Amino acid sequence: MTVIDEQSDRRPGTSGNTERRPVDAPEEHDAWRGVAAEDLDEVDHETGLRLASRSRRLLGTLLRPHLRPAVFALVVVVLENLITLAGPLLIAALIDVGIPAAIGGRPGPLFGFVLAYAACGIASSALRAVFLEVSGRIGQDVLLELRRLVFERAQRLSVAFHEKYTSGRMISRLTSDLDSLNDMLGMGLDGLFVSGLSVLTIGGVMLWLDAPLALVVLAGFVPLLLLTNWFRHRSQRTYRRTRTAVAKVIVQFVETMNGIRAVQAFRRQERNESIMARQGGEYARANRAALRLVAVYMTTLRLVGGVSLAAVLAYGGWRVSAGTLELGTLAAFTLYLRRFYDPLDDLAMFLNSYQSAVAALEKISGVLTEPVSVPEPVHPRPLPAHPRGELSFEGVTFAYDGAPERIVLPEFSLHVPAGQTVALVGATGAGKSTLAKLVARFYDPVTGAVRLDGVDLRSVTDAELRRAVVMVTQESFLFSGSVADNIAIGKPTATRAEIEAAATAVGADEFIRALPDGYDTDVRKRGGRLSAGQRQLVAFARAFLADPAVLVLDEATSSMDIPSERAVQGALRTVLADRTALIIAHRLSTVLIADRVLVVDRGRIIEDGPPERLIADTGAFATLHQAWRNSLV
Amino acid sequence: MSDPSQPVSGEPGHGNPNERGSGLAGLRVLFPYARQVRWFLVASGAAALVSMLSGMAIPLVTQRIIDGPLVDGDLRQLAWLIVVVLALGAAEAGLILVRRLLVAGPVTSLEHRMRMDLYGLLQRLPVAFHDRWQSGQLLSRAVSDLTIIRRFLAFGGIFLVVNAITVAVGFVILFWLAPAFGFILLTTSVPLVLLSYRYERQFKVAARSAQDQGGDLATVVEESVLGIRVLKAFGRGPQLASRFIADARVLRTTELRKVHILAVLWAVLILLPELALAGMLAFGAFSVANGSMTIGTLVAGVTTMAFIRWPIDAMGWLLAEASNAASASQRFSEIFAWPGQQPASVIREPARPRALARPASGRLRLEGVRFGYPESTGEVLRGVDLDVEPGETVALVGVTGSGKTTLTALVPRLYDVTAGRITLDGVDIRELALHDLRRVIATAFEDPVLFSASVRENVALGAPWASDDDIAEALQVAHADGFVDALPWGVRTRIGEQGLSLSGGQRQRLALARAVVGKPAVLVLDDPLSALDVHTEAEVERALRRVLRNVTALVVAHRPSTVQLADRVALLSGGRIAALGTHSELLATDHRYRAVLSSLKAPEEVGAR
Repeated sequence: MTVIDEQSDRRPGTSGNTERRPVDAPEEHDAWRGVAAEDLDEVDHETGLRLASRSRRLLGTLLRPHLRPAVFALVVVVLENLITLAGPLLIAALIDVGIPAAIGGRPGPLFGFVLAYAACGIASSALRAVFLEVSGRIGQDVLLELRRLVFERAQRLSVAFHEKYTSGRMISRLTSDLDSLNDMLGMGLDGLFVSGLSVLTIGGVMLWLDAPLALVVLAGFVPLLLLTNWFRHRSQRTYRRTRTAVAKVIVQFVETMNGIRAVQAFRRQERNESIMARQGGEYARANRAALRLVAVYMTTLRLVGGVSLAAVLAYGGWRVSAGTLELGTLAAFTLYLRRFYDPLDDLAMFLNSYQSAVAALEKISGVLTEPVSVPEPVHPRPLPAHPRGELSFEGVTFAYDGAPERIVLPEFSLHVPAGQTVALVGATGAGKSTLAKLVARFYDPVTGAVRLDGVDLRSVTDAELRRAVVMVTQESFLFSGSVADNIAIGKPTATRAEIEAAATAVGADEFIRALPDGYDTDVRKRGGRLSAGQRQLVAFARAFLADPAVLVLDEATSSMDIPSERAVQGALRTVLADRTALIIAHRLSTVLIADRVLVVDRGRIIEDGPPERLIADTGAFATLHQAWRNSLV
Repeated sequence: MSDPSQPVSGEPGHGNPNERGSGLAGLRVLFPYARQVRWFLVASGAAALVSMLSGMAIPLVTQRIIDGPLVDGDLRQLAWLIVVVLALGAAEAGLILVRRLLVAGPVTSLEHRMRMDLYGLLQRLPVAFHDRWQSGQLLSRAVSDLTIIRRFLAFGGIFLVVNAITVAVGFVILFWLAPAFGFILLTTSVPLVLLSYRYERQFKVAARSAQDQGGDLATVVEESVLGIRVLKAFGRGPQLASRFIADARVLRTTELRKVHILAVLWAVLILLPELALAGMLAFGAFSVANGSMTIGTLVAGVTTMAFIRWPIDAMGWLLAEASNAASASQRFSEIFAWPGQQPASVIREPARPRALARPASGRLRLEGVRFGYPESTGEVLRGVDLDVEPGETVALVGVTGSGKTTLTALVPRLYDVTAGRITLDGVDIRELALHDLRRVIATAFEDPVLFSASVRENVALGAPWASDDDIAEALQVAHADGFVDALPWGVRTRIGEQGLSLSGGQRQRLALARAVVGKPAVLVLDDPLSALDVHTEAEVERALRRVLRNVTALVVAHRPSTVQLADRVALLSGGRIAALGTHSELLATDHRYRAVLSSLKAPEEVGAR
């Protein structure tokens, strides 16, 4: 699997074999973090170009649907600019024509010019408002679309990807990186339009007014272009650095807040602060570097502007005194020059926020172009309307990351008839959870196939698969909202009665009713106020409500107390009796309710049979059972 | 509600949309921070001002050129004046560099400092606070809001002042050139200021909403990523996505409202100076025509207007930035205001902490302990009395919801008792320095939270001084040494964020190792063996028994095997200790205890099936 974002952030040569990279003496102060793949913000020239073009393409794709309003905005800007351009012309005409006419006793033209100027002011301010509204709408639509794209992509990407990418980085993609795009759209978009246009039009008008004098101004463009090119390259690197740095700040922040109990109970505050000081310090340094870069760029821009003005005055003044240039024309030139360089400032500002946004877009487009390792089928095959729940593994091999040295399942075959409850037993690392994850299609097998009712899981759509197969894991994540909301995740259309019935069936009703607001109790952040056992009950009620054909339980009852576990077992035996169930549990009491027990060792089945028969036998399960009986005094 | 910063929506971290008053008052929060870098800000403001004035002086020189040498044809004077223009241009540019370089360091450090202060505070705010506040609201404050503030201090704040001064200087120049010019501008300024004030206030309300909604969005993002397994398992990704998009649409509406306000404000800011300029042109041209003004003065007046046009134009954007920064600052300060609003929930350091004997003997007493979660009416614990002798292990047993987990959170003071007290070696734990208390009490939570760091770092969480041998020993006790050795880089391997790449049992064993590594006097273990398989459980139990011999321990137990670790068992029921005794005593005498703990029933039922 490739994680483009990670890979591209790495020096060439190390990018191929990322996970197994040996320790090349990690720096002392970073040793705490341990060894794993790190992302580096230095990218070589070639990768840099590829990244930049990838994010530009993304921007293009996003803007394409808004072509019509964008063209409209462009027209508005052109009009506004033309009108603004008329200002100095009218002033020049006022001085060169209006005043002499007024002195000659004809104040008409003078009035006309002044009124025309006022009219221009009104028109340009109205056009500006229209432009801001239109471009603001385009910007917000683009942002909304991008948010949607990234969010949905993140949801589609496999669990394996998320484990490697880490939540902090994904969160930073979806928050801070999008923010910087918002900044660009908010202030930069008109900067680009307006500035580019006014530079062009003013340049044109100046050429029309007086070509030699205009050439003096345009000569300043040579250093400007060189400078801009330099700035573009440097700032790209700097902003990449800020994006990487802020992602690390976010990772540290999110982890601390989510683990606040452990942080406080183990007095990790100071250690965390020194880590945050380092991550935040790097972010501050990166920002500082960016600010300094802009400082140099803007200054040089201004300097070129100042020198141009002096040159225009010198050359123009000489020509006026020589009688080859109108005084009004020179006055107009000095005004135009100001309007010529002011938008260049804006253009620089735009370029700046553009570079920052591009750096963010690089990271975002990395997520968007990341191939989904568990893809939706191109030609989906339908499951039966009421799946029976017959499961079969056919010659399945599986290795994490597809790495041959991490093979978990070598050639695994198993047939589970519909309605059977199968318990998986075995030591940690035997491959039990892997089997569960394959059934829930968190991963796809490397070779072979997992079939449900004879249909390869790879050719079932996600929506259909999730209706048929539900997995409950040990970490029962609760979302913000009420207890009822959380149970309803199993079936969003469920009525309150259905929710309560599900909770009752798994024995959760009693404790839920004892909560301050019963089913409407806010679970608080991550269910912070419920014990792990209570959360597992809620998660189980969820699964019960979903009413799938196949239920996969991976340590789903580990934290429950005995009465709760008994209730869950009761539910499994009665209500879920006709469901296929795959149970991984360390509690033998739960294992014993199964129709069939599989003892797994290193990805192979070493014992298979009903629990009574295995207990009577002399194998691993019998030993296990004896140990458990002894613990039950 | 008397406190204006108290949210009305009930959701913490959200502003009151009906709030009135000056929008920029929120910037007050920044004073203590800005003070630290005030000289940089002042110097940079001065540089900006001089740079701006140098720029504005250029048209005055231009006037001299047009009225003087060009009319007289005095080329030598022209050369001099052009040198002046060049010098002014260079000064303008050079001072821009100075200004920008001056603030680059201080504002980024300032942002960093503010973030560190916020982070430090958040780490110390009680769990009750974290229960209540959505994580996205915290994240958006720590990242987005501080970015806004940084940008404001680096550009907006300075230019708000500088532009105001520039406009004032422009006024003076215009008055000096021709008093009528000044009056014309003044007339148009009155509606300009009034309208700006009005729109700025509207903008601030929208800005605050946008920031709050951004925080909500961040919350959904966090949950979508952290809960990815549940979402996948139930195929609910699309559902959450539509909620996310709905939230994003709300944010978009708010952002469009901001755009609209800004568009109107901007139009006003462009229009009024243009009208002033038209007025000045009319007046000036007539004056030139009847000889009471020179053309040079008119050109200078127009050029000066051109110069203060940008500062006035920019006011729209600057006011928007200021509003954004003001509400960002307010959001930032709300977290600092929380302890004052919820004094009952604050975990206080004692003013004069009492010292613990070293080594602490570890006698733990609960005396009439009562506890109810803040903002909920019922009490979870209603008078718990329990005495744990030094070195003794007491198991806590009770049905789901009886308050076992809550009780374990009270000992390390993650919450404080609402009545009664907990003493350690005879000292009320509220009189101990938090650091001391949490040094002698180690907790293994039922959710083993692991950080994205090396195994070593995760185990040594509470005992950074732990040697390699200490770590190895702790891993051995928790029976984690085997799988840790098998990791690619042993104890140096980074375990995924939240240790997700480890199995539940492995995580739990690391959490156990973490609790025992510091050799604490008191161990609080919340169902420490729940995720272990039978074999591992037996082995960990054996090792743990050795450790528990010398340590006072409170162990939440759901199973007989865990109860076996304890010397005595306390049955928690109805918020009180309902029964206390050894496992076999209680099993023999107490039917409630039997109901909670006896699992013999289950296999019998299986057998009977």
